[in-house]
Amino acid sequence: MNIFVCLKQVPDTETKIIPSADGTFIETSSIKWIMNPYDEYAVEQALLVQAANAGSTVTVVRVGSSKDTEALRTAMAMGADDAFLVETADNLDSYSIAKALKGAIVKSGKSPDLILTGKQAIDDDCLQVPQILATMMELPSVTVVVGYEGSANEIIVKREVEGGALEVYGVNLPAMIACNKGINTPRYASLPGIMKAKKKPLTIFSLADVGVSDADRRVKYSNFQLPPEKPPGKKFDATDAAKMASVVKDVVGLLRTEAKVL
Amino acid sequence: MDFNLTPEQIEIRELAMKFAKNEMMPKAHEYDEKASMPLEILEKAWSLGLVNTCIPVEFGGNGFSAIDSMIITEALAYGCMGMNTAIMANDLALLPIVIGGNEEQKLRFLTPFTEKYKIAAFCLTEPGNGSDAGGLKTLIKEDGDDVVISGNKMWITNAGYADLFVLYGTTDSALKHKGITAIVIEKGTPGIEIGKKEDKMGHRCSDTRAITFNNVRVSKKNILGGLNQGWKIAMKTLDHSRPMVAASAVGGAQCAYDHAVKYAKERIQFNVPISNHQAIQFMIADMAVKIEASRLLVHKSAWLLDNHMPNTQLASYAKAFAADSCMQITTDAVQIYGGYGYSKEYPVEKIMRDAKLIQLYEGTSQIQRLVIAKEIFSRN
Repeated sequence: MNIFVCLKQVPDTETKIIPSADGTFIETSSIKWIMNPYDEYAVEQALLVQAANAGSTVTVVRVGSSKDTEALRTAMAMGADDAFLVETADNLDSYSIAKALKGAIVKSGKSPDLILTGKQAIDDDCLQVPQILATMMELPSVTVVVGYEGSANEIIVKREVEGGALEVYGVNLPAMIACNKGINTPRYASLPGIMKAKKKPLTIFSLADVGVSDADRRVKYSNFQLPPEKPPGKKFDATDAAKMASVVKDVVGLLRTEAKVL
Repeated sequence: MDFNLTPEQIEIRELAMKFAKNEMMPKAHEYDEKASMPLEILEKAWSLGLVNTCIPVEFGGNGFSAIDSMIITEALAYGCMGMNTAIMANDLALLPIVIGGNEEQKLRFLTPFTEKYKIAAFCLTEPGNGSDAGGLKTLIKEDGDDVVISGNKMWITNAGYADLFVLYGTTDSALKHKGITAIVIEKGTPGIEIGKKEDKMGHRCSDTRAITFNNVRVSKKNILGGLNQGWKIAMKTLDHSRPMVAASAVGGAQCAYDHAVKYAKERIQFNVPISNHQAIQFMIADMAVKIEASRLLVHKSAWLLDNHMPNTQLASYAKAFAADSCMQITTDAVQIYGGYGYSKEYPVEKIMRDAKLIQLYEGTSQIQRLVIAKEIFSRN
């Protein structure tokens, strides 16, 4: 099977986020990057499917800067066979990214039997790329998947829905599956794996190589800013029974005029 | 000149830190309390390649540089200095084989450690000989194709679980350094008597015991580098192992520092976080300086090794400075935590107890100064 994993590199969850000087993105120079945690489930699932289907390959694909390639290297250290990077320093929108991913998959020369992704990236939380990619590739897709079993032709996946209920789907491959926490326990990249990953091929494409241009941008980011600081709460002294009436009147007044909840 | 880690070294550090934080830290307190060997964690560390970093690639190792192994050691000690001691003791015991063993011995003794998680113990110290290692008394007597070993060893890390013992003895204690001989003894050889587990202040999960060797018969094929050639091997081993111990001090200190910084931002006194108080700021600043200086000494002493340059003096700088700094830093971390720092409910008291051992093993802080002074005066 030709298994593809599309993954994203995101800021470490402990990173302090600040908008960039021009306001069109966040300041990236001092960020520590990690593989998007949901994508770790996708990589692990790809490796499990590979192990169950002899002769399969796992290819990881990412769109982003070539300066930091941790996520792709980590995936290869975990066991993926090769990697493709579509290089761009820009903060692209979901449509452009999906189109670039499709371009890279097509350009890899391998016809995908299975595409795995995380259910969402934890930085912008758009939750769009997997579905757009599946549509572009004309593949069936199931998202928020917490259970996976099956063969090289047909799989049964469990999808988590609100209230903790599970939907169960039978899916014919090829298909696109977006993984959620619970589907597996991602392995560590072992040290021998890290050493081996150095020798695995990482191919870099430009946006032009994969047929993505500025005209593909459906969304352009114009202004990133931090949420305004919350003003401190107001305290009212309600210890003096004699003044209680006027305190209540103040509170109700402010709830009406300032908080506008009444 | 370049102070940057390579991309692979960054990945190695990330993996080792992830393992330290996810697997070691959550269990460190529990194993410290019950003083038992965390075999499951150690085996998992081995399966990821974090153990036996000294084994060369020809014998199944991962081909790590000395700097790589310092990065791994620092991260593992961040997770738990005691567990790291159990891991590091394997390297300490296997290094004499890497340094002084012949091809046949390396294949026979090192390669099995790359195929399965196995434990090794380094047996140098005796009840009556610690710092004065040249004066050790365990006798190695020739007897045909064999030698017969008799004597007592003390403070042996991993003793109760070891598959392999690397022992230093003497063919004649009157010869002092010139009679020292290194030999490998396999588990189960008749005459090895393992003592009871020591109840220690820190590194409580690591298994430390006395061992008595009662006329233990071993083939001469297990002697490393030949009879009476042990001292050189021991000294070269220390050139590798002292930077490693120093790296573990950096890991422990970094962990205590990270806790202290976080706590200083949370703890409110006089209506502000205590991190706003200069008294706390100065302690934190001193910690940060000492950690960075220690790490640079560790990396330089390892870099010299990787470039085949003499590093004895730098290794002792690193060991002395990192160990003493770690003690100071962990003590100050407890100070910043105040009363909470003294409680076992909070993490820093354990790290302070663990720190003390780093000033003692692999040559006390005083012995390091002796080594340094000797290097200085023998050259000038």
